[in-house]
Amino acid sequence: MTISLKPSNSPQEKLQPTGWLKYLSFSLDHKVIGLQYLVCGFLFYLIGGSLAAAIRVELISPLSDFMPREVYNQVLTLHGTIMIFLWIVPVVNGAFGNYLIPFYVGARDMAFPRLNAVAFWLIPPSGLMLITSYFINGAAQSGWTAYPPLSITTPAAGQIIWILSVLLLGGSSIFGGINFIATILKLRRPGLKLMQLPMYCWAMLGTSILVVLSTPVLAGTLILLSFDIVAHTGFFNPSLGGNVIVYQHLFWFYSHPAVYIMVLPAFGLVSEILPIHSRKPLFGYTTMVFSIMGIVVLGLVVWAHHMFTSGTPPWMRLFFTIATAFIAVPTGIKFFNWVATLWGGKISLNAAMLFSCGFIINFVLGGITGVALAQVPFDVHVHDTYFVVAHFHYIVYGGSVFVIFSSIYHWFPKFTGKMLNENLGRFHFIITFIGFNLCFAPQHWLGLNGMPRRVAEYDPQFQLINQISSLGALLMAISTLPFLWNIFQSILYGDDSGDNPWHALTPEWLTSSPPPVENWEGEAPLVLEPYGYGKKDSIETQEQIK
Amino acid sequence: MTSIVPKEQSSENRQDLSTEEHEDFRLFGLIAFLIADGMTFAGFFAAYLTFKAVNPIGPDAIYELELPLPTLNTVLLLVSSFTFHRAGKFLEKSESKQCQKWLLITGALGVAFLISQMFEYFTLPFGLTDNLFASTFYALTGFHGLHVTLGSIMIMIIWWQTRVPFGRVNNANKFPLEAVELYWHFVDGIWVILFIILYLL
Repeated sequence: MTISLKPSNSPQEKLQPTGWLKYLSFSLDHKVIGLQYLVCGFLFYLIGGSLAAAIRVELISPLSDFMPREVYNQVLTLHGTIMIFLWIVPVVNGAFGNYLIPFYVGARDMAFPRLNAVAFWLIPPSGLMLITSYFINGAAQSGWTAYPPLSITTPAAGQIIWILSVLLLGGSSIFGGINFIATILKLRRPGLKLMQLPMYCWAMLGTSILVVLSTPVLAGTLILLSFDIVAHTGFFNPSLGGNVIVYQHLFWFYSHPAVYIMVLPAFGLVSEILPIHSRKPLFGYTTMVFSIMGIVVLGLVVWAHHMFTSGTPPWMRLFFTIATAFIAVPTGIKFFNWVATLWGGKISLNAAMLFSCGFIINFVLGGITGVALAQVPFDVHVHDTYFVVAHFHYIVYGGSVFVIFSSIYHWFPKFTGKMLNENLGRFHFIITFIGFNLCFAPQHWLGLNGMPRRVAEYDPQFQLINQISSLGALLMAISTLPFLWNIFQSILYGDDSGDNPWHALTPEWLTSSPPPVENWEGEAPLVLEPYGYGKKDSIETQEQIK
Repeated sequence: MTSIVPKEQSSENRQDLSTEEHEDFRLFGLIAFLIADGMTFAGFFAAYLTFKAVNPIGPDAIYELELPLPTLNTVLLLVSSFTFHRAGKFLEKSESKQCQKWLLITGALGVAFLISQMFEYFTLPFGLTDNLFASTFYALTGFHGLHVTLGSIMIMIIWWQTRVPFGRVNNANKFPLEAVELYWHFVDGIWVILFIILYLL
């Protein structure tokens, strides 16, 4: 039995049962679960985005006139929590991980399909719970970090609901992580070596290791915090002999790796998208693998750089500054690998490619401010100012969210068998890119001049820059409209994409679009060179191996 | 070049694959989960040790922990690990009666541990909110006790499922027993660390 690995546009039999009911019901199919993650995450993105818009409207004027201060605190807490735990983490891990990893390892489903469905179905209820807390005596007001004593002294109901929903989301994340590790390490098709896997598998392996090692610590910390709130123990309450710094250490032991949990999968996705749209092999595969694993190891030992102003002793400052600076090395290797992948390639400037290039630009800016923030003398001055807000959004919006959009443009034909409108996609990119930079670049200036974050009111001298920033936020909000229009338009009336519109070599494209229920009609193809673009003999070599 | 496999053949392939694939890695998943669970305890231990180092409680509030009862608890749990192991050995030899007997002993030891722990709670001179040490003590032992409770319940389920001829756990399907056994050893190991850190240090 031979299976052609040549990219083909010939129609294959479609086994996929269609209909929306299927996507809204309990399913164990990894592709359905992946799309459920994606759609669910996007709905939460719209909610979190509306909250962000409310924040930017409030900040148009120096006084808190749009909403009361307590409501502002609730809105920024919900915005942060929703965007991190319900949009970026589930989508870059859950959605694309579930959809792509079984294809990449040559499996018909994830290692634990039921656990997979459990992991997804923990998300909608906890998300709804989090949002409804706003209507029950007010949502949590202590930011997504929930630092005590702030989280102990603010109204308890919202904070407890926040803790419960983050615990559930953490559980979902751990189940997903266990599943990904088992799938990548144990479910690989015989004959496929680890070093032949597409880069996204490595990114997900590293991310899942971080999830399994660090998320439980957050869970334990939040359990202790809930004891403080409900039973009035004093773990983190200085007036009862407790120690708030311990909370910060435990919290950041999860929440710094959480940044890598949000951005490592995005690195993997970009490494899949760039070679296909520039028709070149991924540059430096081995260095890419080692830099991912280097980031995983270093990512676990840099957490206290968030705490330079919390009275950390000098030796700790020194250690965490150096460790953080080291992370720039593997990250820089990856950046240069992407640039070298593009170099001299036959680049097609479609929406997927544009968003990936946007990611590279934004991520370099966010990375540079990150290295700057790791330096104690600088950090002490800009800690808790808008500089940190700008840096963080350059990483998670300019980094992860740009990659999510890029991935949606790239894999939409795979999901649905329909093409998206490329011109509308380019338009979407242009206003997102301009809006994003207009919104967040000025915030560096605000932070350097001392505007504190998380405060509804500010000094009138900052008003003009804040208004520019809000204008950018308006553009970002508008940019969602052409995207949504594009999606609905294309699902209903889009052109047929064929099975492999990008002429890609990675395994998910070597089946029909959308794929049949168990991924392949026959045996799974053995793809030993997922990035063999532009090599004259790569297709023939793969056939010989068969 | 493109060969479309007949449907009958492909479904056969799938069955082959699924029996081949779904053999091994439940244990792998369980180990990954136990690592995650262990990290929760690691977080608690780190918090406790930091509190101990950084936040000394007032001299009038220091409570000496009595050692005899927790030492008995340690012995109970360690013995239960051996009895569980024995039950597993008997299951491998298909001697269900013996296996059930040793499972019952293991479960009884687990319950005895819980009762003894409760007794310790009631005799201690401090409550949950008395001071930082008391809170951490109850949080750590309580979280561990929760694990022992879950483990005891699972042992009883396994005991029920190993009865002949209706039980579903037997020599051919012994993963459930192995899984609970691994979990039980894990809980024991955590207790030993907890005992050293909390009572001896």
